[in-house]
Amino acid sequence: MGKGIAITGMGIISAIGNNVEENYRSLIDGKKGISRISKIDTVHKDALMVGEIDFTNQELEQFLELGGSHNYSRSALLGAFAAKQAVSNANITHINSYKTGLVSATTVGGMDKTEQYYYEYFENKEVQKYIEGHHAGDSTQKIAEQLGLHGSLVTTISTACSSAANAILLGARLLKAGKLDRVIVGGTDGLSKFTLNGFKTLMIQSDTYNTPFDENRKGLNLGEAAAFLVLESDEVVQKENKEVLAYVKGWGNANDAFHQTASSDHGDGATLAMQKALKVAGSKSNEIDYINAHGTATPNNDLSEGRAFLRVFGDTVPDFSSTKAYTGHTLAAAGGVEAVFSVLALQHNVIFPNLNFKNPMQEFHLTPQTELKKKKLHTVLSNSLGFGGNCSTLIFSKEA
Amino acid sequence: MKPVYINSVASISAQRTFDNSVFLDEITEYTDNVIRVIDPNYKEFIPPAAARRMAKGIKMGVAASKIALNEANLENVDAIITGTGLGCIADSEKFVSKIIDDNEEYLTPTSFIQSTHNTVAGQIALSIKCKGYNFTYVHSSVSFESALLDAKLQLEYDEAQNILVGGVDELADHHIKIHKLVDHIKADVVNSKELLESNTEGAVFGEGASFFVLSNKKSDHTYAQVLDVATYNSFSKQELQSALESFLQENSLEISDIDIVAMGNNGDIGYDGYYDALSHGVLKNTAQTYYKHLCGEFNTASSFGAWMAAKMIRTQHIPEAIKLNGMEPSKIGTVLLYNQYRGENHSFVLLRGC
Repeated sequence: MGKGIAITGMGIISAIGNNVEENYRSLIDGKKGISRISKIDTVHKDALMVGEIDFTNQELEQFLELGGSHNYSRSALLGAFAAKQAVSNANITHINSYKTGLVSATTVGGMDKTEQYYYEYFENKEVQKYIEGHHAGDSTQKIAEQLGLHGSLVTTISTACSSAANAILLGARLLKAGKLDRVIVGGTDGLSKFTLNGFKTLMIQSDTYNTPFDENRKGLNLGEAAAFLVLESDEVVQKENKEVLAYVKGWGNANDAFHQTASSDHGDGATLAMQKALKVAGSKSNEIDYINAHGTATPNNDLSEGRAFLRVFGDTVPDFSSTKAYTGHTLAAAGGVEAVFSVLALQHNVIFPNLNFKNPMQEFHLTPQTELKKKKLHTVLSNSLGFGGNCSTLIFSKEA
Repeated sequence: MKPVYINSVASISAQRTFDNSVFLDEITEYTDNVIRVIDPNYKEFIPPAAARRMAKGIKMGVAASKIALNEANLENVDAIITGTGLGCIADSEKFVSKIIDDNEEYLTPTSFIQSTHNTVAGQIALSIKCKGYNFTYVHSSVSFESALLDAKLQLEYDEAQNILVGGVDELADHHIKIHKLVDHIKADVVNSKELLESNTEGAVFGEGASFFVLSNKKSDHTYAQVLDVATYNSFSKQELQSALESFLQENSLEISDIDIVAMGNNGDIGYDGYYDALSHGVLKNTAQTYYKHLCGEFNTASSFGAWMAAKMIRTQHIPEAIKLNGMEPSKIGTVLLYNQYRGENHSFVLLRGC
């Protein structure tokens, strides 16, 4: 294998905590972040449950010391908050001292402001500043600015629920090719009426706590989050004598090419993505110690992903769990959130439980890990599968 | 590392560009501040029943991808990588306005599904059953260049042999209206020919889709080699010149090696100064061309620029309508593209004849 892709910093804000430590605590304590909607004014308040972040926009603005007039959407606020944490966690003081880039991911972008001011734009000049904040790249531009990136490679990926996984995948490839020395990668999505109603029309949202891989699963809970990793090249790690949290060892991206929103029954895309990632990592399937599954708790995803597990791992599917019961499905951020969780699993040699599971699915006998399990972990695989057939797999490891 | 070639091109734009046998022989002039594409006969590319349900962006993207695949004599590719600033924004608008107008009732999924940015890449994958790498970049005016860079990396390392790369954006009503409010769209109509002399704020908005098959194998229909692609989130006008010089240096080139520069001037008095910094500066003695008077401004308009550059190299011809300073090189070998939008998200792309 070529160069090692070192993870030297992490930052996260989700429904189960405002930083890495708080998220870890909640994972260990089995503390869910799923609740009724409190921050969005929607008629579906009582019909849906979501993974909401405690902080209001005003509180986030204060942390970022924005002051005055600005046009940050919630996704931009969350993204800047988490990305700054990651950079600080990596002990980076001079961001431009190495060739540094930013690859972020979002599906919602500035939609929260668009849906709020859609008609008001025509009557109130004050709110027109949000027009420029609608497009998906806007939150990334703001994060770059907050980090002090200038004249840098900065881009955004939007591949639905696999977006942040793809941001990590691209970042790793950019480092490997020597295009960058350092790259901040991840994703951010705030909750919006747009996504709540969108998923409602698809009838895949649960009105209660989501139950991944359970026979009686009723669908997903949407969540909001932002999570970023700092990836650095071997050279930077050596020169700066960096502590390495883990390595991005493998990555795979494939398309299901089956249906615009649904996954194929047999999980073709997920199978291909996992196989590609194993190949890039130079790992055999029996070297995977834990799978952090996409596991959204929709009937379709969990069946498709479970079948893909059987196709890739045969009779010896590794310990697996979905952490969506904690955070909800955080869409574009999910791959970033679960990358942080995968690294935490490696660091602490622990498998987080798949909460709310009761009965195995009748199609196969796969049972997720339902209790916290201490286990020596070397290699963790994380899946992110999405609309448009987009499937991505990342493999994290203790060794390069 | 393997060289990377453009083996086919396709463009659906406000000009009659979907026909690859011609190259801006006839120009459609506009006197407007919003210009739309000249549609090909979509039935040639998409079954009518499917086309009826498709957003404009999907139709343009799928049709352009079919034209590019046909020209490259390929039925499938190893990867599909698209760039789009706004995705199928007309469907986003439809869904948002229904949420508001009907107070979150009576919604149907179609427009929500189409509004996701990766719909075009997903639909192309579905239409040709491509299970390979599938990516969508959504970073304003470097959406297409990000896709190009990604494809180039994969082909150089031989992770893929043929990749479909494209940029696509569509116009939508609310999008137009609100961008008029903030003068991102020019307040008055302007004639295409006089775009750069308008001396007003804002741009003439457009739409379109330009797709390419990139390959690490040269064929008898190869247009050009993609030498390099670079994007930058921010620059001051002062930094631009040295950034260009170091970009060229990394490719062992000097300013004098550039035969033509194709620039993204859009007639916005607030930001065209970036282009002037180069065209009045280091590129003063280089043949200069521009294109947004033909296709309009949109986040992936630079994919039209790349189409134009590839066609210039192939035909060894600079159509009259795109000449900016009248200079003409003795041969069209190396073409530099420079683009930015509202002072942000700058890009350089280098193409060379082969």
